[in-house]
Amino acid sequence: METWEQLVTYVSQNGSYIWVQFYRHFLMAAYGVFFAAIISIPLGVLISKYAKLSNWVLSLGSIIQTIPALGAMAVLMIVMGLGTNTVVVTLMLYSILPITQNTYVGMKAVDKTIIEAGHASGMTRFQLLRMVELPLAISVIMAGLRTALVVGIGIAAIGAFVGAGGLGSIIITGTNATDGTAIILAGAIPTALMAIIADLLMGWVERKLHPIKAS
Amino acid sequence: MLEFKQVTKRYNDEKAAVKGLNLKIDKGEFVCFIGPSGCGKTTTMKMVNRLIDSSEGSILVNGKDIKKQDPVELRRSIGYVIQQIGLMPHMTIKENIVLVGTLLKWSEDRKDKRAKELIKLVNMSEDYLEKYPHELSGGQQQRIGVLRALAADPPLILMDEPFGALDPITRDSLQEEFKKLQKELHKTIVFVTHDMDEALKLADKVVIMRDGEIVQADSPEEILRNPANEFVEQFLGKDRLIQGRPDVTTVGQIMLRSPAKIDVGDTMRAAIAKMRERRVDSLLVVDSENVLKGYIDVEIINLNSKSNASVYEVMESNISPVFEDSLLRDTVHKILRRSAMYVPVVDKSHRVVGIVTRASLADIVYDTIWGDGLELEKPVQQ
Repeated sequence: METWEQLVTYVSQNGSYIWVQFYRHFLMAAYGVFFAAIISIPLGVLISKYAKLSNWVLSLGSIIQTIPALGAMAVLMIVMGLGTNTVVVTLMLYSILPITQNTYVGMKAVDKTIIEAGHASGMTRFQLLRMVELPLAISVIMAGLRTALVVGIGIAAIGAFVGAGGLGSIIITGTNATDGTAIILAGAIPTALMAIIADLLMGWVERKLHPIKAS
Repeated sequence: MLEFKQVTKRYNDEKAAVKGLNLKIDKGEFVCFIGPSGCGKTTTMKMVNRLIDSSEGSILVNGKDIKKQDPVELRRSIGYVIQQIGLMPHMTIKENIVLVGTLLKWSEDRKDKRAKELIKLVNMSEDYLEKYPHELSGGQQQRIGVLRALAADPPLILMDEPFGALDPITRDSLQEEFKKLQKELHKTIVFVTHDMDEALKLADKVVIMRDGEIVQADSPEEILRNPANEFVEQFLGKDRLIQGRPDVTTVGQIMLRSPAKIDVGDTMRAAIAKMRERRVDSLLVVDSENVLKGYIDVEIINLNSKSNASVYEVMESNISPVFEDSLLRDTVHKILRRSAMYVPVVDKSHRVVGIVTRASLADIVYDTIWGDGLELEKPVQQ
């Protein structure tokens, strides 16, 4: 009960600070996913067309995924120094695999007969991509972005170690303080909430973009 | 309209999938390609709109070599229908129908008008235009698939087993609808199927293929009547040959060749004796040249008890014979409709050559159901 009171006190006294960190945290995750999407969606489309590339690219993505996030961030810090950029780049690396993979799967899952029908109706390759393949794959691609964002929000919490701020810095403050449970919670609960809300929102968008609609 | 000149297709320098194919298809013709799987029929069709490029030879559409045309433009000018239907699930029925129009950058008005025009052709209401493909039954979806191919009014339509995935009842009605539509619109159709019944029902010309070569290309009647070789016969199947037979069998092939006859000059007494001898109740009356004059039966004899009267005086001359080379199916109609017991068969100068009785029809039905049809080859003797 004591912890609860301390939490309420901490939040009421540091409300705007928590909000600033919350926002910062979210932006890091979102930028990471955004930059990853710019690279990964075209990459996914590409490897869905050239089967030989797909093994290479997907294996490379898996290898990146196996590196512990803290380690990767530390290595990047040596190159890029302290600050948010290091976190954004790390998040981007971690987002490449889920987004590329989902784009690849989404494109592959488009019914071959529909593509044949479009092709035979006289669509160019670009028209086929724009009018048929991407609209039909978009919800699967969105599922990839959703995974990447939720994972990214988690990883961004470690960003505090490289001086990027975010909700992670509140958690670290709590671990360093004596009896800091309340402060840890003040950082951890918003992080979890952010991940849950992001997941729900992206899920909603994903369903909205589902190609097979009822009229 | 469409011409194949020595067309060959080789995949990776292996055995040719299609070898030196030559074929000419006229405008408005409905051509079915048929053969066992791997015979090259689908490859042949897909070479026409360059989904597959031929290795050698040339294909001419309206006299123009398709290799010299832009493949995208070419495909927009040729309709295409596939077995799996392939409607775009994220587009409305209207968008699906006028897909080629969208690619050709038609105005919205023109697309609207065309979609409404087309959906009427298949007797579906305009409400469907705003629906999505998954809300339609398989048969309705394939109707839309056919309309999509018709949208830009192409003179040539390619169809790859379009009705193959439908249930038999839907398939039947769609086949009939489509055949009607084709006659109205006068399109040239290249239709690939493995269903012989379908090919025989729809086609003006059936092209039977094996191992990349044409085995026989003829009208369905001609193929049933004169299969080119054993392969065609086997492919048609004995059942179908038998079933097909009543359609192409002539009266001469199944008639009885020794009908009970009597000369016009004979007396009634002789007639009765003849009936008793042959165990029949009716005689054909002929003159000395064997020309059919009429008939006489027990009923007539009963009414005219003067046994010395000549057959000529009492015979019934109102009798309509059929010719030896007329088709059996017409004869069957004649017998069944008029509830006649038999029909005399005559040659060109009206000489009696035989007779078709209800019993002979029973034989045919029997052979169709139980027999191997071979009896039909030789006339059944009484």
